[in-house]
Amino acid sequence: MSAFDFDVIGRSLSYVLLTGLRFTLLLTLLSAAGGLLLGTLLALLRLSGNPVLGWLAAAYVNLVRSLPLVLVIFWFFFLVPYLAQWLTGARRPVQVGAFASALITFIVFEAAYFSEIIRAGIGSIARGQSLAGLAIGLRPWQVTRYVVLPQVFRIMAPVMLTQTIILFQDTSLVYVLGLVDLLGAASQVAQRDGRLVEMYLFVAVVYFVISFTASRGVARLQTAVAVPR
Amino acid sequence: MAVGVQRRAKRAGMMMAGLVLLAGLTGALAGGPGAARAQELTGTLQKIKETGTIVMGFRETSVPFSYLDDQQRPVGYAIDICGKIIEAVRAELKMPGLKVETMGVTSSNRIPLMANGTIDLECASTTNNADRQKQIAFTNTHFLTASKFLSKKASGIADIDGLRGRTVVSVAGTSNIVQLNQFNAARKLGITVLAAKDIVEAFLMVETDRAAAFVMDDVILSALIAGAKEPAAYAISDDPFSKPEPYGIMLRRNDPQFKALADRATAALYASPEIAAIYAKWFQSPVPPKGLNYNVPIAPALKYEFAHPTDSPNPDDYKS
Amino acid sequence: MNYNWNWGIFWEASPEGAGSYLDMLLQGLATTLAVAALAWVLAFTCGSAVGIMRTMPGRVAPLLASCWIELFRNVPLLVQLFLWYFVLPELLPAAAGTWLKQLPNASFATAVVGIGLYMSARMAVQLSAGIGALPAGQRAAGTALGLTPVQTYRYVLLPVAYRIILPPMTSDMLATLKNTSVALTIGLAELTARARSMQEFSFQVFEAYAAATLAYGAISLVVTLAARLLERRLRIPGFGTA
Repeated sequence: MSAFDFDVIGRSLSYVLLTGLRFTLLLTLLSAAGGLLLGTLLALLRLSGNPVLGWLAAAYVNLVRSLPLVLVIFWFFFLVPYLAQWLTGARRPVQVGAFASALITFIVFEAAYFSEIIRAGIGSIARGQSLAGLAIGLRPWQVTRYVVLPQVFRIMAPVMLTQTIILFQDTSLVYVLGLVDLLGAASQVAQRDGRLVEMYLFVAVVYFVISFTASRGVARLQTAVAVPR
Repeated sequence: MAVGVQRRAKRAGMMMAGLVLLAGLTGALAGGPGAARAQELTGTLQKIKETGTIVMGFRETSVPFSYLDDQQRPVGYAIDICGKIIEAVRAELKMPGLKVETMGVTSSNRIPLMANGTIDLECASTTNNADRQKQIAFTNTHFLTASKFLSKKASGIADIDGLRGRTVVSVAGTSNIVQLNQFNAARKLGITVLAAKDIVEAFLMVETDRAAAFVMDDVILSALIAGAKEPAAYAISDDPFSKPEPYGIMLRRNDPQFKALADRATAALYASPEIAAIYAKWFQSPVPPKGLNYNVPIAPALKYEFAHPTDSPNPDDYKS
Repeated sequence: MNYNWNWGIFWEASPEGAGSYLDMLLQGLATTLAVAALAWVLAFTCGSAVGIMRTMPGRVAPLLASCWIELFRNVPLLVQLFLWYFVLPELLPAAAGTWLKQLPNASFATAVVGIGLYMSARMAVQLSAGIGALPAGQRAAGTALGLTPVQTYRYVLLPVAYRIILPPMTSDMLATLKNTSVALTIGLAELTARARSMQEFSFQVFEAYAAATLAYGAISLVVTLAARLLERRLRIPGFGTA
């Protein structure tokens, strides 16, 4: 092929960053938030002592963690309209866009991983904490809400942020749905102009810079918020 | 006094009867060709009525049938034809405010997305064949084309047998890749078949020498070569993989009302001189984004098809 | 539901002419296992080397190791595969590049190298954490006994470190297996790719993906059980670990 033309990066910069990167960041943040919520719920279900709910939560987490993300993405892409139809009792499959289906996929997927992190966190809190909470008259749910979870989130914050960085990288897989995230946007430009080398190198650099900076930040956070124990 | 009242009552009664008769006549006239109006709407038409939207699936790179122009809007020959179908839906359901949403689909996901309700019709270059009709339906054919392959002149591949032992690419989910596999198995050619995500990626593989040839419908291959960096470097084989096969606009299966409407709209379009204008606009004049003119005159078989529209999947039903 | 169930689809002939759809999926499974195994071997060897480098005394070796780890950790696997598959042949001299592109097993080799190196960074972090978890006295005792650094690593540190990290290493092995699916984007005909092809040819979406799900679940289960067995066999009596 002809010599490299790194100008293509400059010409397409606004499209790749404003459309692609924005999509990636949006998907990452929404999925992390949703995954965290659902993951907390799952962790609490597993530790609740209720055999049925605990078993269901465990089965869900184990199933999702044993599947490749690509497969889960395909599942939900075709499945969500039927699921929505079943859940809402609609007469026909509900129309769901590709972004919504990707979002649901990532929330469901990340929840399994977050729930394991939170479970580990809850396990690392001394039993004395919850016993003390009960001793001063708090109900069990209040102990969880006011004593245990705040400590868990503080201790596990670095791990959860690392998981979010991993999620940020995993969102590149929406490529298989043809969605225009950072990699998708760069790919479109690369294929249209025949500039694979330049665009893929550029994307790699962007991902590297963001992930590296973020993980350095997390490392610094780790020392800053360490709970004296 | 009583007589006056009686007379007024009689007049009122007659006026009422007249109004009812008028309403009935109007109703019958409005019902007219779409006797469906008198019955309940089913399937896609019901969904459109309820949601106020129709979702049209398009391809992003299927030049000149359905692709994105410089402003990222879907344009193309099939898009224009679908436009006529959508106009017919507007008129039929009396929904001047009908919202049209578009959704990009690929050859891999168009059929499942049709089945799961995400799109209502797909306007592109989808081959109508018997296998697919088990899952989806098509309306009247809008183009006929045969499957051929494109290769660099420098690789010196003359015909299908010349592909023996080479790496050949096609697009995932197309009838072309199925035909390639069939020929590969039947003639024992030992071809390594690669499946690309879309037309542009497949062409890029030939351009960068990752694949020796690209199997696709010949009209799309011509459009690709015309838009390539070095058009003179490529050649399309004369050896076809099939007889000219029909393209159809894809609809849901088991949805007779919508299919009847689409059939009517396309038949009306093909009978009018508008279709010749639409065809000339995309195949015999400069088209976006680069202003290329593909110069493909109407094939006799296609002219015949416009005169006698059909949705048959059998290539033998299309004569010149 | 507007869907046409057909669980008998697995026994119907696939249009590729090479047997039934079930055969297609089994071929994909074989490819997945082959890529995962080879990639893991690569990840283990490179990862061990880099992990050891990270714990070595001095400045240069740990710095190089950190560079390796950060490089392969901060770029998504998909992007790394694209770089190996699309970019590398263009950066090499023309003849070498063309040879790479025309390799009949290009995507297989690329997947093994790409996934192997990606996982080697994870393996390196695990191993350096494992060695770091050992009491400092271990290394000192080795030096006191007159062992060279190589011998200290070989006879004192590594045997225990590997045992410590066996549980997280198992999850890394499973991650390698799952990461093989990413290679479908560069044309590798592994299990998920074959399931997708099956869906494209037969339109039986659920059947195809259910089969793939079952296969991945089964393999994960087997690997986890095997690892647990290995853990039990290698346990050092009296040495308390997690």
